[in-house]
Amino acid sequence: MRRTLRKWSPFIAAAAVFALAPALSAQLTQYDLEPRSGMESHIGNITGHAKDAKADYRRFCVGCHGELGDGNGENFPWLDPKPRDFQLGIFKCRSTPTGTLPTDEDLSNTLARGLDRSNMPQWSNLTKQQRADLVAWVKHFSPRWVSEKPGTPIQIPAEPEVTPERIKAGRDVFAKVQCWKCHGVEGKADGPSAATLTDDQGRPILAFNFTEGARPKCGSTDQDLYKIFMTGLDGTPMPSFADNIKPDEAWDLVFYLKALEPQKSKEKAIAKQLGLKPVDPNAPPPSGQ
Amino acid sequence: MKSRYRRILSAVLSTVVLIGGGALILGQRVNAAGEGKITGSVKLNGAAPHMKGIDMSKDPYCAKAHATDPGHLETVVAGANGGLENVVLYISDGLSGSALTDVPTAVPVFDQKNCVYTPHVLAMDIGQKFKVVTSDQTAHNIHPNPNPMTGNIPWNQSQPPGAPPVEKSWKAAEVIPVQCNIHPWMHGWFVVVKGPYATTDSSGAYTINNVPPGSYTVTAWQEEYGTQTQKVTVAGGQSATADFTFKAK
Ligand code: HEC
Ligand code: HEC
Repeated sequence: MRRTLRKWSPFIAAAAVFALAPALSAQLTQYDLEPRSGMESHIGNITGHAKDAKADYRRFCVGCHGELGDGNGENFPWLDPKPRDFQLGIFKCRSTPTGTLPTDEDLSNTLARGLDRSNMPQWSNLTKQQRADLVAWVKHFSPRWVSEKPGTPIQIPAEPEVTPERIKAGRDVFAKVQCWKCHGVEGKADGPSAATLTDDQGRPILAFNFTEGARPKCGSTDQDLYKIFMTGLDGTPMPSFADNIKPDEAWDLVFYLKALEPQKSKEKAIAKQLGLKPVDPNAPPPSGQ
Repeated sequence: MKSRYRRILSAVLSTVVLIGGGALILGQRVNAAGEGKITGSVKLNGAAPHMKGIDMSKDPYCAKAHATDPGHLETVVAGANGGLENVVLYISDGLSGSALTDVPTAVPVFDQKNCVYTPHVLAMDIGQKFKVVTSDQTAHNIHPNPNPMTGNIPWNQSQPPGAPPVEKSWKAAEVIPVQCNIHPWMHGWFVVVKGPYATTDSSGAYTINNVPPGSYTVTAWQEEYGTQTQKVTVAGGQSATADFTFKAK
C-alpha cells in the first residue's frame, strides 16, 4: 500500500477527476480475494488448485510476499529488489509478449528456478503439484486473471548452428538496436543510460551485467535468452524487441550475448579467435540501416 | 456576428435536432448536423514558472539535435498571452448514449523527435487506437506506466532507429505517465478519457467537437495544476463557450 501510494502519489491528484482515485489507492482485501480461491492452474497434465496452496503459501512465501500477496511481507524493508506485488499481476519472466499475462508454466518454471540476484529462493524441492497449486494461489491475488487470458507465447524457431558470421552479425544487432545504451558496449551494465534506470515503482534498478558469470533471472538456456529480449521484463526498463529483431537475427544476438559471458562456450571461443571487438557507439549505423 | 442569420440557422438546426431526437428514440445515432461544440481558451494567471533546461549530453545524438535550441521541461507551457498549451478538455458529466460510447476513428500520433515527446500530452478516447512513432536516429524505449488496477496494463517496447510504429489503445480512463528509460528526461502523458475531448494549442485555444445538445460538466486537466470544471449547455448545432484560468503557483 505504502509503495503503491509512493509510486502514484504525484499522479493521484491528476487522476482523481477520472473518479479512479478509489482504484488507485484501493488495496485488495481478504474480502475481495476470497471469491477467487477457486482459481486453477494447468501445467502439463497437472491441475493446480489455489485453495490447496494456502498452507504452503503461509509457510514458504508469506514472509516476503505478504498475506494479501501485495509484496508487503514482514521482510519487505530488508529486501532489494522488493518482493513481487501479485495484486498488480505484472511479471518479469514470461514467454508471452510485453503487457500480457505469463502462462501457468512460466510461473511454475520461475518457482522451480528462483530469481537470481534477489532473495526469491528456488522451490525445486517442492513437488510439481505443490508448485502448480502455488501458481494458482499467486494468480488468485490479481483481478487480471479474472478478466484476461495469458498472452500467446512467442514462437522460437529451431536454434541454428553457431558460426563466426552469426556471432559477428549478432554484434551488429547489439549495435543496431542499441542494447549497449543500458548494458554497455562490453555488456558490463555501464551504458550511458545505466545509472538512471528505475523500475515501474520508481526504485533504482541495475541492468544485467553479462561479464560477471551471473545467471539471468528468467533462465540461462539459449531459448531463455531469446525469450528475454523478445518479450522484455515487464515492470523494469528492459523492453521487448519483438518488433525490431527478426527471428534469425535474434539467434545471432543470443550467440553474441553468450560470447560476452565469461563461461566457457563455443561462442566465446569463436569470438576470441575472431578477435571480436566491442561495438563502437560512435560508429555510423551498420550498413543497410 | 450573432445575427439573424445565426438565429435562422439555429432554428433550422433545432428542427434537425427534433428529427434527430426522433431518430434517437428509434435507436439511431443523432444526425451529426444536430451536434454542437464547446470552445474556449485556457489561460495562466501569473508568471509562468521557470522550466528547467535538460542536459542531454549522455546521448550525443540528442545533444546535437538541441545544439541551438536547448531542451527544457514542458510541465507548464504558456504562450506570450498566457495561453496554456497541452491542457486536455473533456466532458466529465452529462454524456449519454452514442456520444459516450462512440470511439473516434482518427489515430492520434505520439512522436519521439529530437529526444522529446511530440506532443507532450496525447489525449484519446477509451478504446481509440493511437500510434507511437520515432523520427530519431537513436534508440528509445516507450514505456507507459498505468496502474494495472484500472484495467490498463503497462508495456515496454524498444524503438530503435527506423522502428515500425507501435499501435495500441487503452481500456480505461486514466492519466498515464509515459517515459523512456534510455533518456530519463523524456516524460509525457497519455490522457485517456471517455467521450469527446480536445487539447489546447499553443495559444491555449480548444474546440471539443461532436457534442450533442445537452448540459455538461467540462473538465480541464493540466499536469501541474490539476483540474477545473465548469458547467455548460450546448444547444443543437451551436457552440458553447467555457474559458478556464489556472493560477500560477
Ligand atoms: C525471502 C523472500 C522470498 C520468499 C520466501 C519468496 N519470494 Fe517470491 N520473490 C521474492 C523477491 C524479492 C521477488 C522479486 C525478485 C526480482 O524482482 O528480481 C520475488 C518474485 C516472485 C515472483 C515473480 C516472478 C516474476 O516473473 O516476476 C513469483 C511468482 C514469486 N516470487 C513466487 C513466490 C512463491 C510462490 C513463494 C513461496 C513458495 C515465494 N515467492 C517466496 C522474494 C521471496
Ligand atoms: C532501457 C535499458 C535497457 C535496454 C535498451 C536493454 N536492456 Fe536488457 N536489461 C535492462 C535492465 C534494467 C535489466 C535488469 C532487469 C532486472 O534485473 O529485473 C535487463 C536485463 C537483461 C537480461 C537479463 C534478464 C534476466 O532474466 O535477468 C538480458 C539477457 C538482457 N537484458 C538483454 C538485453 C538485450 C539483448 C538488449 C538489446 C536487444 C537489451 N537487454 C536492452 C535494461 C535494458
